Amino acid sequence: MGMGSLSLEDGYVAFVKQDCPTCTLIEPVLSQLAEIGILKTVYSQDNPDFPSLVITKDDSELELSFKLKIETVPTLLKVSNGEETSRIVGWLKQEWEDFCEIKDLGVDGISEFSPGCGSRSIDPDLQPMLQKRFGSGLGSKLVEFASSEDEFEAMYELGWSDGLPIVPPTEKRVLKMLEGTSRSGDEIVTLVPPNLDNLTVEKIAINAVMAGCKPEYLPIVITALEAACTDEFNMHGLLATTMPVGPVLFINGPIRNEIGMNSGMNLLGQGNRANSTIGRALQLTIRNVGGGRPGEIDRATHGSPAKIGLCFAEDEEGSPWPSFSQDLGFNADQNTVTVFPGEGPRAIVDQLSRSAEELARSLAMGLLGNMHPKLVLGFDAILVIGPEHASRFAEAGWSKQEVNEAIITHTIREADLLLRDVDGVAEGLPQGFAGLQLPKLRPDGGLLIVYGGGGAGLFSTSIGGWLSGPKGSQYTTREITS
Amino acid sequence: MSTKVFDPTSEQFTSIVESPDRLTSLEGATIGLLDISKPRGDVFLDTLESLLSEKGAIPKRYIKPTFTKPAPVDLRHQIATQCDAVIEALAD
Repeated sequence: MGMGSLSLEDGYVAFVKQDCPTCTLIEPVLSQLAEIGILKTVYSQDNPDFPSLVITKDDSELELSFKLKIETVPTLLKVSNGEETSRIVGWLKQEWEDFCEIKDLGVDGISEFSPGCGSRSIDPDLQPMLQKRFGSGLGSKLVEFASSEDEFEAMYELGWSDGLPIVPPTEKRVLKMLEGTSRSGDEIVTLVPPNLDNLTVEKIAINAVMAGCKPEYLPIVITALEAACTDEFNMHGLLATTMPVGPVLFINGPIRNEIGMNSGMNLLGQGNRANSTIGRALQLTIRNVGGGRPGEIDRATHGSPAKIGLCFAEDEEGSPWPSFSQDLGFNADQNTVTVFPGEGPRAIVDQLSRSAEELARSLAMGLLGNMHPKLVLGFDAILVIGPEHASRFAEAGWSKQEVNEAIITHTIREADLLLRDVDGVAEGLPQGFAGLQLPKLRPDGGLLIVYGGGGAGLFSTSIGGWLSGPKGSQYTTREITS
Repeated sequence: MSTKVFDPTSEQFTSIVESPDRLTSLEGATIGLLDISKPRGDVFLDTLESLLSEKGAIPKRYIKPTFTKPAPVDLRHQIATQCDAVIEALAD
């Protein structure tokens, strides 16, 4: 074992604690070995005056014990050229004699065998502190699986998984993940609902490892969590609702290409690591740190496969228009994540419209069904507009704003047709709305148009939102910082 | 060889709060009726209010600003200090 800066004196070195009966039992043995001169140092884990020898040193801070991975006291190390070459643990007279190459450690009246005690440096309560001070620098508890255990099965048993396999968050992987951010592991990012516990960068990194993220995705996951865990976005409500919704993420800016996100064919589907794992990392963090689990605080009646995690990127290069984030005033070189409270994607098929006007009407019709055709204004929507659909508008010279306004205008309907009990359907608007003309989507930001998808297919996709505004959840866009 | 992994949970434990004793009688008890602002919650609570009054209880109405968020701290405190028990209406 290479100990780096930990230089030990050649000879024998012992680790003991007074609290251990075996250690007190062998005090005369230690004393004898010290007198002979082969025992160079005794490190004491509790009382620095035990054993009462000149060579006793204080390791009550447990730095050496931890770094040398002492698991039992007493432990006796043989040291050569400053490094440990072998060790024995506990007390077995014959073994000590062989190990020290001494014929007779004859100390009268001492039993020949005593098994020793646990080292203080493996006390589970002290592990986070020791890890942080002397180990990886991380403060989270280390959970050890026995060699006979399947770690994947064990992690399921611990309730850490969303149902899919998770990557074991080993020290090596978590430290590598943290290289993806310039933030310190112990920085508190936010309070995460529903339990409102402190969320550190380190805990996000652990969950990001489990989700399958690469380190370069981590800043997106951190920013998305910052955005989701606000009163405005209301992650608590989004989690607790019976509706089938969750945080939907989409990414703008150069980072999309840097990390290889998919904004083209099947962008909302499987097959791309960043798309598939970033949203999942957010959801695993809510689950594991926030305590938001299905069937507990998560009361979704049906839920949605999108709740495993839904994240995609806008195809800024292919788009005839400025990007979504540019519309909000961000520059093209700024990276942003938008967090939207939404359900799973649903296709809007229109293979026949040839004019922009026709298509705007048609897409509006496709959006009317979100949540319920007779419910309006309460739910925003993302429209992931496909390249073939977008080209209809681009060819006609329509700006994105014009497309947005036209679609919303075409969703305007007579409220009288949407009232409760109209058409033999109880669901609908209260009587107070009678006589009004109402759009499906609020005109001031109720429709988010994002360009993306494969080059072939006269389709767009809608992602219906949950209750919008202060009474529900307000989608939000944030710059991704390192 | 064994595998060591980091705990992904918060490792923070919330304190356990014991429930108060159940009321032995409704007579003279102040019963909070919390409307969570969902459709038809009021229908349920109106009925409860009259039933409780008939049994000698003193109903007191409260309303959450929105059903999508936890009740504000002040509202929770108000209910806790003013009522002997509370009934929260779900809805739909």
